[in-house]
Amino acid sequence: MLNIQNLTVSVDAKTILKGLTLDVPAGEVHAIMGPNGAGKSTLGYSLAGRPNYDVTGGSVTFNGEDLLEKEVHERAAAGLYLSFQYPLEIPGVPALTFLRTALNSQRKLRGEDEVTAPDFLKKVREVAKSLKIDMDMLKRPLNVGFSGGEKKRMEVLQMAMLQPKFLILDETDSGLDIDALKVVSDGVNALRAPDRGMLVITHYQRLLDHIKPDRVHVLVAGRIVKSGGPELALELEARGYDEYLGVAA
Amino acid sequence: MAAVKETIDTVARLETYEHGFVTDIETEFAPKGLNADIVRFISEKKGEPEWMLDWRLKAFERWQSMDEPTWAKVKYEPVDYQDLYYYAAPKKKEGPKSLDEIDPEILKTYEKLGIPLKEQMVLAGVEGAPKYAVDAVFDSVSVVTTFKEELKKAGVIFCSISEALREYPDLVRQYLGSVVPVSDNYFAALNSAVFSDGSFVYVPPGVRCPMELSTYFRINAENTGQFERTLIIADKGAYVSYLEGCTAPQRDENQLHAAVVELVALDDANIKYSTVQNWYPGDAEGKGGIYNFVTKRADCRGPRSKVSWTQVETGSNVTWKYPSCILRGDDSVGEFYSIAVTNGAQQADTGTKMIHLGKNTRSRIISKGVSAGKSTNTYRGLVSAHAKASGARNFTQCDSLLIGKTCAAHTVPYVESDTAKAQFEHEATTTRLSEDQLFYAMQRGLSQEEAVALLVNGFVRDVLQELPMEFAVEAQKLVAISLEGSVG
Repeated sequence: MLNIQNLTVSVDAKTILKGLTLDVPAGEVHAIMGPNGAGKSTLGYSLAGRPNYDVTGGSVTFNGEDLLEKEVHERAAAGLYLSFQYPLEIPGVPALTFLRTALNSQRKLRGEDEVTAPDFLKKVREVAKSLKIDMDMLKRPLNVGFSGGEKKRMEVLQMAMLQPKFLILDETDSGLDIDALKVVSDGVNALRAPDRGMLVITHYQRLLDHIKPDRVHVLVAGRIVKSGGPELALELEARGYDEYLGVAA
Repeated sequence: MAAVKETIDTVARLETYEHGFVTDIETEFAPKGLNADIVRFISEKKGEPEWMLDWRLKAFERWQSMDEPTWAKVKYEPVDYQDLYYYAAPKKKEGPKSLDEIDPEILKTYEKLGIPLKEQMVLAGVEGAPKYAVDAVFDSVSVVTTFKEELKKAGVIFCSISEALREYPDLVRQYLGSVVPVSDNYFAALNSAVFSDGSFVYVPPGVRCPMELSTYFRINAENTGQFERTLIIADKGAYVSYLEGCTAPQRDENQLHAAVVELVALDDANIKYSTVQNWYPGDAEGKGGIYNFVTKRADCRGPRSKVSWTQVETGSNVTWKYPSCILRGDDSVGEFYSIAVTNGAQQADTGTKMIHLGKNTRSRIISKGVSAGKSTNTYRGLVSAHAKASGARNFTQCDSLLIGKTCAAHTVPYVESDTAKAQFEHEATTTRLSEDQLFYAMQRGLSQEEAVALLVNGFVRDVLQELPMEFAVEAQKLVAISLEGSVG
């Protein structure tokens, strides 16, 4: 599904990812863990195609297609979804308007018909209910004045509506209390499917109690330094990243 | 590669002005240039009463002694007033009596513009759908006004100002120039001398106008100035909502548009005036396009009267326009909601004046300026309170959004108060279109242009909400089109 080969990425002429190789097959959830500054968020942004994140080497294929050739919105339409660590506020644009525009833009790009207003609303109501989001909140400008937890739930609502093929969750647990964490995790888990892959980027193990990964990778100084099963996350939680910092240097 | 991209962008931009076509019809011109004889020619063509000709000639005399204003933050090639046609009319011996008598080419033009001129088309629409009465002005003359009969039943007069001068001379004489005197400013004086047509509305006491009234202005002929004159009177307790739309063909030379709009609101009357101005803006380098030098003013003459201006300004090469309210009646209310979008080499200097004369008068100004390309966008506004205007209140909010690094936004608010009992508030912000917001929207599937359009429409939403529904949708699209190619 997602195949990353020897990826190097620079931001402001500083090399952050230094030859990262990773393969996430369809149906699997992989976790990326690592200390601050290891390049975790950079990986998510690079895959999504953020401007000023310059890919200087390596390759990324997504379902066999060259992902790096595509523009940001084309990657989204191809099914790549990045859940932001800090979702942006969009003043004056009601969440419903934003979401419907996004959905229809993707469908248009894929050559599909636009979704009708009644169908869209019906689906939104269902999803919002499962995420304990009030419909009134969706009439307000997206994320403006929302709490950290509300913003994260909005990210999950968007992914549930857009039904992407591949999810990248960037520190989705940050700023969430236990109850919100459960709601958000349930929402993500509901999207687990044999034809969908996920990359869960996190600093802490606690999110992985809720979203159980198939594989765990340790990212230090721009490279994957160790990969293993879910037990690796528990090990990291107990021992920290210190032993890997030497490996990377 | 870069050069190729640039060329593509330029062509794309050129194609974005979809109203840039020219209609091929026979046009009757007055001789080029301006003198007292031309003023007489226009007046005679219109079959005007003697007093009107005198009024025009006096205005012409005043204009000759005045200087073109230079205080606005706009630069443009001087206008050669002797190199313009002051009268251009589709050739026709008599004014058309019904739609069937109008040159089909003109009707086609309005059709292209999406204007529902044909009443039957409107009537064939969904039941309960809002109806619009339309007055269409083509170059110098009004070609047709729809729904006249239905309006007449309600007692509402809606016709071209030429017709009003013939049919209701006393009403016109009473109010014309009473809000914008002939000597008010250079362009108003010029307009007073040579105005060719425009709309006239009178809503009698206690009448709520049963439908939206609208006028579409179209400059078609070359080297022609358009000088329309609009006069709207809402008598005691009356209500009217009026829409104005403007387009012009794409031409290499600049065209002058100097309109005057006067609104009179008597006791408890309410006028809502909305404009979607989409004159040709010129090309990316500033060649061609309309000089839009317009004087719009409302007189809230009676107590508790209210006037609300809403404008969406996306076109014109240069805009010089300050729709204002004189809050004369006690407890009267003035509102100004504005969206001004500039791209390419456009320059806009626009804003409002709220003159508080009466007690407990209130005004509200919401201005949203969006600048892109190499354009300049200035908000210029005055809020003043007379010594007797105790309890006057104003709230002003001016927000500017910058797209790219080569545009400019300026805010020039003037606040004057002669009473300690007035309360004026002013808020202003300037922000740059955020790369992060763009990336976020694009990550969800929007193309760059869709993302810009969505974010900008969010920025101007407070004002869009003030427009009548159908206009709001049109305006939203227009804002998006105006900004195509502004990022990247």
